[in-house]
Amino acid sequence: MAVEQPAAREAEQTRIHNIGYRSYDGPRLGRAYACRSLYSQSLRGAYGLGRSVKSKVLPMLLFVVMCAPALIMVAVAVATKAKDLPLEYTRYAIFMQALIGLYVAAQAPQSVSRDLRFKTVPLYFSRPIETVDYVRAKYAALASAMFILTAAPLLILYVGALLAKLDFGHQTKGFAEGMVSVALLSLLFSGISLLIAATTPRRGFGIAAVIAVLTISYAAVSAVQGIADLHSGNSTALVWSGLFSPITLIDGVQTAFLGASSSFPGGQGPSAAQGVVFLLVVLGLIAGSYGLLVRRYRKAGL
Amino acid sequence: MVNLRGTPRDSYAWSLMPRRLCGLTTRGARLTTVEDVTVIATEGLSKRFPKVTALDRLSVDVGPGVTGLVGANGAGKSTLIKILLGLSPATEGRAEVLGLDVARAGGAIRERVGYMPEHDCLPPDVSATEFVVHMARMSGLPPTAARERTADTLRHVGLYEERYRPIGGYSTGMKQRVKLAQALVHDPQLVFLDEPTNGLDPVGRDEMLGLIRRIHTDFGISVLVTSHLLGELERTCDHVVIIDGGKLLRSSSTRDFTQNTTTLAIEVTDSDDHPDGTRAVRDALHARGVTTHDGSGLPGAGHILLLTAEGEQTYDLVRDVVADLGLGLVRMEQRRHHIAEVFKDGDEQRKEAAVHGG
Repeated sequence: MAVEQPAAREAEQTRIHNIGYRSYDGPRLGRAYACRSLYSQSLRGAYGLGRSVKSKVLPMLLFVVMCAPALIMVAVAVATKAKDLPLEYTRYAIFMQALIGLYVAAQAPQSVSRDLRFKTVPLYFSRPIETVDYVRAKYAALASAMFILTAAPLLILYVGALLAKLDFGHQTKGFAEGMVSVALLSLLFSGISLLIAATTPRRGFGIAAVIAVLTISYAAVSAVQGIADLHSGNSTALVWSGLFSPITLIDGVQTAFLGASSSFPGGQGPSAAQGVVFLLVVLGLIAGSYGLLVRRYRKAGL
Repeated sequence: MVNLRGTPRDSYAWSLMPRRLCGLTTRGARLTTVEDVTVIATEGLSKRFPKVTALDRLSVDVGPGVTGLVGANGAGKSTLIKILLGLSPATEGRAEVLGLDVARAGGAIRERVGYMPEHDCLPPDVSATEFVVHMARMSGLPPTAARERTADTLRHVGLYEERYRPIGGYSTGMKQRVKLAQALVHDPQLVFLDEPTNGLDPVGRDEMLGLIRRIHTDFGISVLVTSHLLGELERTCDHVVIIDGGKLLRSSSTRDFTQNTTTLAIEVTDSDDHPDGTRAVRDALHARGVTTHDGSGLPGAGHILLLTAEGEQTYDLVRDVVADLGLGLVRMEQRRHHIAEVFKDGDEQRKEAAVHGG
């Protein structure tokens, strides 16, 4: 006994005290807070923040490449004391469409296919949020991420233009038009991409499918427009064919309403009346992809 | 703020909750629920899909404590949990969880309830800590509380240093613990555990069952745990609800099972005096008025004696008999029963289908 006692006392002193289970009586912030948490987690995830180093590489690289031309243009404009920027604000996204497509193709499946593949979705739905909350948070997060990607270079151009002491009124108007355009573009592209990505739990398939839809539709529309331009005079077919690919839709809308010059062959953009149809199609696609996403997750359930 | 708690929680919420659906429990077996309160109550609950009826007019009351929901695969266990979480509308009937109607207060129920699904649900590329913190926030916990609760909960389920490593590298047992932690992290009043012992080896299974028991005794959280093995639940649960084909078969306290149906398997060595030790023990037990079965048709039949344990004295009797004969006791263990044994008295055909699980 005499030998055991000090040993026992020592053990008592070095023991890690199990303080037992503690209940939680603090606030429970409910559904809206849970939605915001999902939104911020998804938005950070779209740039690889809070994830592995490997998953940061692509989004960060694309962001840098997206902004680099804007920096160069600003540098040239300041150095040469040019009267205007070499590129309109509204043209920038059209010019960089391949990069934007690549980004959204990589991040949309990252956002939704993972949850489907690892069956994490039921865990979300066993919490206070509802199906629509999940869809809204994911949609808003990807659209915000895309907006950051597409608006950042415009901001660089605008700040650069002001530094170069270009005409303030003209630049501000162009910048505002560009912002509206990229906002529409972000909503449209993320809606379509999320819808495609949400149909498959395989990330690879999702990426391939999004790229395919974006590039094939654009290639087809360009081909049709090219032919229509050759048989010139057929400008109606040329304009209307623009309805069938996301990027030409945005091009059409901004040509009609946002003072952009069209990238369609021969610069023949839609008129204001035709532009209304373009705008309605864009809004319809955004609403449609949201609606279909909600339907998709109603079924995914537990 | 948080307070230390040594005793199981007598949540004030229980006492505020009147037991509205009295008399629904079949056979009135509410021996273990001391407080006259209801955690889950269903009344004529049915769920029909175009081709199958998953639940058929199920009426059951569940009180605080650990309740086992037992049924074969496809018996309607998961469907019932989905309805109770307010995620799937019932075709008819009604259900209440913690006094809240599942059809109207799904969100409020899900804030107070935890859920551990049967299947894998963990992304492999994040650590357990990151994942559980995120899930805590999804349950409405503020960021700081989410982190504190995550650290606490992971420790309680037995995850220590490995919690900072990506989940992809975890063993099945560790993954089950993470799944359990995400269900407990927001300190719910009730957790639904869907087949938590699936895919675990016997040691992992026993650890998980011990943990489930602690969820109630130490954490004060009521538990509804599903399984297709009655035997493994009988020692963990206070109450067992058995469903088959969406219908309620039996709802009773586990004391009934342990007192009436525990089968004891014993195996003894042979000696020079008793070349057939098994027979010697059987005769000696028979002389003392205990009937035994030889477990014919089962592996090891002939060497194993099965007898019905009626409490502590049976164990003592076996020990004394074996010692008097000078034999060695190789094993004495409780046999786990399959659900079908519930029909031992009533349904002979089902008894024949009974298989002893290991």
